[in-house]
Parts: sequence; C-alpha cells; structure tokens
Amino acid sequence: MAGNAWRSTILKLLERYGAWITGQRKPEEVSRVMGAVKSQTQPRTFSRGMQTVTIIPGDGIGPEISSAVIKIFEAAKVPIQWEERNVTAIKGPGGKWMIPPEAKESMDKSKIGLKGPLKTPIAAGHPSMNLLLRKTFDLYANVRPCVSIEGYKTPYTDVDLVTIRENTEGEYSGIEHVIVDGVVQSIKLITEDASRRIAEYAFEYARNNQRASVTAVHKANIMRMSDGLFLRKCREVAENFKDVKFTEMYLDTVCLNMVQDPTKFDVLVMPNLYGDILSDLCAGLIGGLGVTPSGNIGANGVAIFESVHGTAPDIAGKDMANPTALLLSAVMMLRHMGLHGHAKKIETACFDTIRDKKVWSRAVQYTALKKNPVSESVTLILLFIGICLSKFNVV
Amino acid sequence: MCELNIWGGVGGAELRGKRSVSPPPAKYGGRHTVTLIPGDGIGPELLNHVRELFRFCCVPVDFEVVTVDSSVVSEDEINNAVTAIRRNGVALKGNIETNHNLPPSHKSRNNLLRTSLDLYANVMHCQTLPGVQTRHKDIDIIIIRENTEGEYSSLEHENVPGVVESLKIITRVNSLRIAEYAFKLAREKGRRRVTAVHKANIMKLGDGLFLQCCKEVAAGYPDIAFDNMIVDNTTMQLVSKPQQFDVMVMPNLYGNVVSNVCAGLVGGPGLVPGANYGKNYAVFETATRNTGKSIANKNVANPTATLLASCLMLDHLGLVDYASMIRKAIFKTLSETRLHTADIGGLATTSEVVQSIMREVQKTGPLTSEYI
Repeated sequence: MAGNAWRSTILKLLERYGAWITGQRKPEEVSRVMGAVKSQTQPRTFSRGMQTVTIIPGDGIGPEISSAVIKIFEAAKVPIQWEERNVTAIKGPGGKWMIPPEAKESMDKSKIGLKGPLKTPIAAGHPSMNLLLRKTFDLYANVRPCVSIEGYKTPYTDVDLVTIRENTEGEYSGIEHVIVDGVVQSIKLITEDASRRIAEYAFEYARNNQRASVTAVHKANIMRMSDGLFLRKCREVAENFKDVKFTEMYLDTVCLNMVQDPTKFDVLVMPNLYGDILSDLCAGLIGGLGVTPSGNIGANGVAIFESVHGTAPDIAGKDMANPTALLLSAVMMLRHMGLHGHAKKIETACFDTIRDKKVWSRAVQYTALKKNPVSESVTLILLFIGICLSKFNVV
Repeated sequence: MCELNIWGGVGGAELRGKRSVSPPPAKYGGRHTVTLIPGDGIGPELLNHVRELFRFCCVPVDFEVVTVDSSVVSEDEINNAVTAIRRNGVALKGNIETNHNLPPSHKSRNNLLRTSLDLYANVMHCQTLPGVQTRHKDIDIIIIRENTEGEYSSLEHENVPGVVESLKIITRVNSLRIAEYAFKLAREKGRRRVTAVHKANIMKLGDGLFLQCCKEVAAGYPDIAFDNMIVDNTTMQLVSKPQQFDVMVMPNLYGNVVSNVCAGLVGGPGLVPGANYGKNYAVFETATRNTGKSIANKNVANPTATLLASCLMLDHLGLVDYASMIRKAIFKTLSETRLHTADIGGLATTSEVVQSIMREVQKTGPLTSEYI
C-alpha cells in the first residue's frame, strides 16, 4: 500500500514536470545494443536467488551516480546484492603497489564488479588506480560498444561499432627509463600470448553478437616488429573464424575514415594506446563519455563494468551528475550475467528518459554546461527512478 | 660539385632575419630547382598535374625528378633522393608505399627521408574550405607535430621469443626545439593559444618530459596562452567541438592521429596540404600522406591537397604572387564553380578540376603559356 502511495506521488511529480505521459506506451524494441559479452552464461552460485556484485563507487561524482544506479536497480527489483568496496593504492610487502586485500577478496568471490570513476594523478607517485585494477585481475579486454542514442543529437548518426582494446600491455606497460639526462625511453611491449588472447576474444565477441567483420588497427608500417606480431596473431586467429570477415587498416586511415563515415566500421580490435584513443574518439561521436558504457573482461571469469568518464570534482556532491554511463554499463553487466529481462527493462527506461527532451535537456545542460539551478537539479535522480518505476509497472 | 649560394654563405638566413629555415641555394638564372619524388599510388599523376599547372602559369620552377621504387630492398634510391634534396633544399613529394609484411630491416622510406634530413616539424593547417560540405564549420587549427623521434624511432627488438619491445624515445633537445617552433609560428601568424597534446598521466617520464619542455618554452611567450590536453580527450573534443582549438603541438604518434582526425573533419585527405620543415630543408606533401592505391590512375583523385602543397612550396621559395594566384583559382573552383571530385561528393574527374583551375588563372592572372 505504501509502495503504491509512493508510486503515485512520483507519477504526480512527473506529470507536474511534464515528463510522464499518461496512457500506455509500448516499450520500443531496442536493438541488441549493449550486446552480451558472453552468450553462454555460466551458472552462478545464488544465495536465496540473489547474486553478489562488488561495487566500487570511486571518487568525485562516483558515489552519487553509484547510489543512483543502486536505487534504480532496487526499483526494478533486480536480484543483486551489492558489496561496496573502496580502492586506494597501498604499498604491499616488497614495496609493490596494490589494491586493498578486502577489495580483491570481494571481487574474486563475486567475479562481477561495477566501478565508478577513479582519480589518476598526472606525473607523480603511484601508478594509476585503473591500471592497478587491470593488473590485479588481468583484465585483458576492454569492450566499448558505441551506438548512436536516439534522442541525443550529435553530428554523427547511425554509429554502431564496438572497440575492443587490449588492456594489459602495449604502450601502457609503464616501463620507462631515463637513459641520460634529457633522453627518456618508454617501452611498448607486445607479446604473442596477449595478442592472441585479445584476437580470440574479439572474434568470439563478433560471432556471439552476430557482427559481420573484425578490423585490426595497427601501425605496422612504422612499428614493424611489434604491430607486425599483433597483426600476425590476428591473422592466425581469423583462420579459425571464417564466418567473420577480417580486415586490417592503418590507425591513421581508421581515424580519417571514422570522422567522415563511421558506418563503415563494425568491430575494431587493437593494442592498448590505439584502443584508448579510438575508443574515446568513438565515444565522442555518440555524445561523449557521459553516455558510453564499458566493460573489462578478465582471464579468470572476472568482469568489471565501469563508467569511463572522469571524476568531475567540480560538480561532485552537487547532485548534477549524469548517471547514464554507469547505468548503461550496469545494463551491460546484467546481460553478461544472463539477466536479460531486467537489462532490457532498465535500458528501455533509460532510453525513454533520454528521448524525453525535457528531462534529458536539463540533464545534458547540467553536465555539459555545468549550470547549477539547485532547485531543479534535485529532481534528476527522482525522475530517473520515477520513469523506471512507471515502466516496470506498465504491462 | 660546388654549390652556388646566392644568399652569401652560411649566414644567409641570419642576415635576412628569417626563422629557422634558410632559403634554398638552388637558384640559377632566376629559376628555382626543386626535387620531385613522385612516390606511389596517386602521387605520380597528381604531381604531373602540378607540373602541368606550373608550366601553364609560367612559374619559374624546374623539377628534378627522383623516383624511389618502394619494392626495391636496397636503400640506394632513397639515399639518392636525400642527396638531391640536400642539393636543392626543397622537395615536393608523393607518398612512398611501405609494405609492412617485409622484415623490419626494410624501413619506411618516408621515415628515412624525414630523419636523414632532420625535418623536425610537420606543419598542417586545417581550415574549413569554402564550398565543401562538412559536419563541422569554422575549423581553423594549426597542428605542429614532432617529426623525427617518439614512437617512430624504429628501434625494436625481440629479446625473448614472443615478446617484442618497441622503444619510444623522447629527448629534451627535440621537445624544446618543436615547442620553440610552435610558439614562434603561433606568434608569426598572430595566434592566441597553443595546446600541447600528451598522455603524461600514463607515460609519466616520456610525455612528462615533453610537457615540461613545452611549459618552459611557453614561459618565454607571455602573449600566447598555453594549455595542455590528454590525447584521448583531445580526439573526443575534436569530434564534438573542434572550434575550440587554435594551435596544437604534440609528439609524433599523437600528431599522426590528430592530424588525420582534423583532415577528416574539414573534408578528407584530398584537401589538406602538409609541410615538413627542418633547419635547412623543406619537403612538401599532402598532410595525411596517403598513397591512394585503390584510386590510382583512374583520374578520380582530388588534386587540391597536392596543388595546395605546391603553393606552400612557392611561398617558401618566395614566389608569393604565384602562390596566391594559384590558391585563389583553387578556392574559386571549389566554392564558385563547385567542381568537386568524388571524395567530396562530386562527379568531376581530376583533369576537369585542373582544367578549371587553369581557366581561373587565365581569367585573372598574367599571360599564360597556352590558351585554354
């Protein structure tokens, strides 16, 4: 009874703001946008039907958007129980930097994680937190599906591609030396195993998600041995996946063609640095990091889904942050776990919210232009929850 | 073989108060000699059009053609080209293809040329051209890219089978040099802001050193604002709001990515010219360095980038009037006559575009060698 009262209050609030249109609205068939990272889901141990997921809120706007996602999941009655952990770099025995042992334990047990943005210091002290997490759980593949969001206008329409980036080695190996004063050498590491692993993942992803082609992005004309090795491994793996078309393209050609006609691309697989640049480029095409989901797949069945935007310390705590990226990553996570029904509900609700210009324009205004009319901003998360609620109760 | 240096010895450049590049010594009887390297793909046909246009406009430039066959393993041909450029001081080139399936001992010919001549600055001016349809308007960015070191050092080895290491070298000397070049150019062109593009949050020592050098040089130019941006954020900003950028300076690989993104934003690889400057030499080519194998010899390639590169070369030689005459004709063809090749959405052939440019020159310019 109390639940119904709460629901009608929310709906009245939404009506007042014009965000809710009374009457039946058929949830539109959303394309398999945030495709399942794996099609076969392993049976997981459930305790009383609830699955544990480790949530790492992060820094800056991290805590608020994480709580928004938790609230939305509660409203959607998703069978997940959250275990909140914090990660800060601590020096372990032997002087090596590592993440706190409680965080590692929780992750190893639950195997699934959702992460908010973490701070990265520039040119100082300990290595980046994101890098540490990757090393700890051997998160070798970063998957970022970039699909144009209906209702969110960008100069690029009909973008539908996936960037798969090798996440552990390459230019980000972190190995640098000062040879003599004024000469610095950074080492880019490419190994056979890692290249084969990422190529296999990319082709499997393409096959499981009915994608037509995989393109390897490289600069083998200049970095003959390293990118040459990467290419060779991709070619070898392609032999085992004859149903997926394999092409190779130079990094500069990909960049050039991507900004002219992004519809030419399907699945892209590449080493670390190129992946970093290209995945952010593609995120920019669909509207920025605030709406882009991302998943990291690890070697031992561990998968961490994250929002890839920054910590935005200037709007932290002001209730202005846009939770879409973390929410869509959470939807990706649900699909990975096999909870497709819930995933679809939340995703539809999210896109409907975005399509509803009134709510969305304010959200975008706040995040993009950083305006702060406090009185209106308070309703943002409520609106999200409200719309989700209404969706879940509509037959 | 003795070189006739009309500008009065080594001190020529300093006497004339010019920036870092000295005027080329190869000028005989009022005519300049320029090395021409046709390259592969669309290079030869487009450079032929350049020669045709120059002949038509009576430009006092003679070309010394040096072919470099990309399939040959020996480095003699590229060394000959380098010697020719040392002799003439200026070159116009097409892109030489690199077969990346050959072993690492076969280095990229273009890269060899750049490092042998120490062409440390690659300058590309991206601006929205009148008459070309693009998603973004009012783009005007100058990209200055370090051209000799960074990820393009070609230093790789395989210590353990299956593990390859590639070295990225950043030096203080080269970083200071490119930053100095960027700020000097910004001041010359009246630009307000220089942005350094880097990835110093991950490559703390390497890109950290580059950023440090840029900051040091910026301190000497208080009239020009200096800021920095991480490369992935840069690409994202470029596809959403490219109008915010003014002058950008960066190491080699990021320069490759950013220049290709910007070229795509203003209309494609067929529209933007590029220049490589060193202390004593200058080489001009298209900005995105494509061979265009798939459209070679089909008369569909866009000649604009190569023709604009030849205009940059004429500016460098001091033949400013010829350069502006040809440039005006090119822009008129693009915007008024609207004769576009396939890459920018039109149906014209390369020769039609070149003919149209020659017609424009004839209408407005001095007496030409033939009548069109």
